[in-house]
Amino acid sequence: MSAYDLLIAPFADYGFMRRALVACLCLALGSGPIGVFLMLRRMSLMGDAMSHAVLPGAAIGYLVAGSLSLTAMGIGGLVAGLSVALLSGIVSRATVLQEDASFASFYLTSLALGVLIVSLRGSNIDLLHVLFGTILAIDGPALALIGSITSVTLVALALVYRPLVAECFDPGFLRTVGGRGPVYHALFLLLVVLNMVASFQALGTLMAVGLMMLPAAVAQLWGRSLTAMITLAAVTAAISGYVGLVASYHLELASGPTIIMTAAVIYGFSILFAPSGLIRRLFPRPHLAG
Amino acid sequence: MNALLTLDNLTVTYDRHPAVHHVSGFFRAGSLTAIAGPNGAGKSTLMKAIMGELRPAEGRMQHQLVRSDFGYLPQAADINRRFPISVLDTVLLGAWRHTGAFGANGPKERAHATETLAAVGLGGFERRPIGSLSAGQFQRVLFARLLLQDAKVILLDEPFTAIDARTTQDLLDIVAHWHGEGRTVIAVLHDLEQVRAHFPETLLLARECIAWGPTAEVMSAGNLLKARMMAERWDDGAGTCEPPISDASNNGVVA
Repeated sequence: MSAYDLLIAPFADYGFMRRALVACLCLALGSGPIGVFLMLRRMSLMGDAMSHAVLPGAAIGYLVAGSLSLTAMGIGGLVAGLSVALLSGIVSRATVLQEDASFASFYLTSLALGVLIVSLRGSNIDLLHVLFGTILAIDGPALALIGSITSVTLVALALVYRPLVAECFDPGFLRTVGGRGPVYHALFLLLVVLNMVASFQALGTLMAVGLMMLPAAVAQLWGRSLTAMITLAAVTAAISGYVGLVASYHLELASGPTIIMTAAVIYGFSILFAPSGLIRRLFPRPHLAG
Repeated sequence: MNALLTLDNLTVTYDRHPAVHHVSGFFRAGSLTAIAGPNGAGKSTLMKAIMGELRPAEGRMQHQLVRSDFGYLPQAADINRRFPISVLDTVLLGAWRHTGAFGANGPKERAHATETLAAVGLGGFERRPIGSLSAGQFQRVLFARLLLQDAKVILLDEPFTAIDARTTQDLLDIVAHWHGEGRTVIAVLHDLEQVRAHFPETLLLARECIAWGPTAEVMSAGNLLKARMMAERWDDGAGTCEPPISDASNNGVVA
């Protein structure tokens, strides 16, 4: 098998592989940077919980549209995700529950409701599709939606970059200068949910945050500055998407999980070999003179 | 007698228990005031109330200032010290009043930020990540940001806690420089020697205002004893506070 057969032919020969690749690259560009900010805000698990919270909305959208309509599922997921974020925010301010506790309660409720809705009307195949995605079935309109979400994400991030950094780094300072921190926080949550919706069809609701969190963790292991981290996260996610698709094609594996596993392998490599990784810990270099 | 910031019978509570109790008086424009008192005396609470982070349960504050006139260094700033941001970018946040959330930092702001870093003794540190700084160096960075903020009123909440003598001296020089420029500086301090040596005016607080005026008069043995006598605990069985007799001289306001 030549290098062409191995690396390029799958995409040259099949339209569905090309669309899957473009979708992956779009997701990488949007989700990578979002993941870095999620991680820096210590909201990694919150992002994961959020991806479960969107399930009932996605399920209703799925049942109403009758098929895997990304638009219908996306709107449903957006409504469900934002409701859970908003409700848990209100509960944590109004009661003694911390935000993580109220968030956990709401997302579990939401997840249970979602599975119930799907099992009520759909088949097990439907449930599997909603949970794990069908990246190879992405059509033109779905691709347009994913591309739009990525564009909106990048423009929005560029616009609110400074207040978002200030809100992550020193929220107290942002308050004293009258910068509306909660507004940027809410806007950021909206971007998170939007990018999850974009990942639905590719990776399913269970792994929608996969291309956010794993590349972000890799980026934090290698990068020193925020710019470097954001770039690294996007590049890692893109490589995972491409390698994952090629591997799943040749080895006849499910595409979504293979993409996430590729990211996981890069993560494992980074844990060992990054400057702050395990190998450096075990075999430290001699210290400097001054 | 130019009152910049007046406290009028100010009471701030946590769960209805007063942390600052019926405090009246004013900070003169251009004054340099230390707020002293035992732990739990309501010093930080008063700072937060001035910054508008806590709402008074009773009484009020009067001033003609806007938010951007204030520069505030909280005691336990919830700053993420591991955030991947450079020293220069941290200081540049101080230009917020000019740039806002979206404006660009031009060469002018950058040059100014570099100057303030040199002024706090951190010349050459511009590109270092803040995670690599010591506690003292980081406090210098926060002072550089305050310098760039160019605020009329500067509130410092225990700015020299866990800071070594040399850094404290350098930062005290900056405080004196602000005072010389006619800015109003209010600092919560624990070190009474420091208060005596560097702060012309003092507000001695023990929930209630024990004394407020020239440091030498306020820091009398009698007043300090009175401040120490303050009960540390809340009185769980405390009844409702009766309205005080309105009398401005009650709190010994001297300007």
